[in-house]
Amino acid sequence: MSEEKEPLFSSKNLKLLTEPLNDSNPITVQVLGICSALAVTVKLKPAFVMALSVVVVMAVSNVVISLLRKTVPPRIRIIVQLVVIASMVILVDQFLKAFLFDISKQLSVFVGLIITNCIIMGRLEAFALSNKPWPAFLDGLGNAAGYGVILIIVAFFRELLGSGTIWGFQVIPEGVYNFGYENNGLMILPPMALIVVGAIIWVQRAKNKKLIESN
Amino acid sequence: MENLVNIFVKSIFIDNMIFAYFLGMCSYLAVSKTVKTSTGLGIAVIFVLGFTVPIDYLIQNYLLKEGALVWLSPKFADVDLSFLSFIIFIAVIASMVQLVEMIIEKFSPTLYSSLGIFLPLIAVNCAILGGSLFMQERDYNNIAEATAFGLGSGVGWFLAIVGIAAIREKIRYSNVPDPLKGLGITFIITGLMGIAFMGFMGIKL
Repeated sequence: MSEEKEPLFSSKNLKLLTEPLNDSNPITVQVLGICSALAVTVKLKPAFVMALSVVVVMAVSNVVISLLRKTVPPRIRIIVQLVVIASMVILVDQFLKAFLFDISKQLSVFVGLIITNCIIMGRLEAFALSNKPWPAFLDGLGNAAGYGVILIIVAFFRELLGSGTIWGFQVIPEGVYNFGYENNGLMILPPMALIVVGAIIWVQRAKNKKLIESN
Repeated sequence: MENLVNIFVKSIFIDNMIFAYFLGMCSYLAVSKTVKTSTGLGIAVIFVLGFTVPIDYLIQNYLLKEGALVWLSPKFADVDLSFLSFIIFIAVIASMVQLVEMIIEKFSPTLYSSLGIFLPLIAVNCAILGGSLFMQERDYNNIAEATAFGLGSGVGWFLAIVGIAAIREKIRYSNVPDPLKGLGITFIITGLMGIAFMGFMGIKL
């Protein structure tokens, strides 16, 4: 029973939290959760709300599944997982509708799509089903944070270059526009999100050689 | 009839699931290494979308929408169950996927083994749930329109994944910068294809 004496933030547990931020980032390395990631990144604010919602859903459902892991028969586990995630998402959705109605309108179907965000299913399958609640909680937090970080970086660049604002505030001074600077309308369009992520992957892998694929 | 064709074409090209909404990206990026497997997955997606959207349409209009339960008794006129739609839609999708899995396993074991984990993952393919949620949001008039939308979205997804798979098969022989190899260049190609697809946007149908 040596495991029970393990401190809450042992190096192993801490690794669960930090690894997804870089070496096993859910978006750029594990290729999970791209779907909703890209559509909500035109502006920083919805991207931030989306990232927070995913953190909540993911941490809680990881813990719940980890608590249930010994009682759920493997054959019906997918349905159980979906039900847990779906009920969490309904809670988040109702919360957003009640307190942040504008943003919930902007996110439209994408809050619902957190259910099918493969990052959550993927981590439940890969981690929560075979680990204790506390590591599962950390793993959920770490992965959701890794997801959120990419979301926020992409949204930052798209908002800055596409509308010249950050968090809705004008940051590019009026004078620059008078010299003929134009907002890059292309950045607002959906395909540019993909290209920005492609560029992030390029930078990350150039720094972190072991992630390079053979072809 | 013309209306149906319009919805069909619109959902293939203008509202393409991948290039306009990024739905179903995960399996799109992971399975698109060869044309053969991506064709199989694409067909499975068309099939699942073509069935789940009309089924969810019926559920939405006869069970969940505000006032949808009137056919049971006029007392239910102000019952609104639409907050349950996520759970119900996902249950329909999960059972359809199970069905498709059994059919493919029976008729094409090779395809079954090459799709591997991604077949059950269609259940969490955002394109499928996205199809149902868009159907709910856009309020189609009748079940035929909803079916046309479902099939069209499926075909759009199919075209996109087969297209990217063909490009990836070719690009393997090109000299891509090391850090961009694999995932990175695929993202950028998808972005470029998306820009090309935006050419359809001005078309009014």
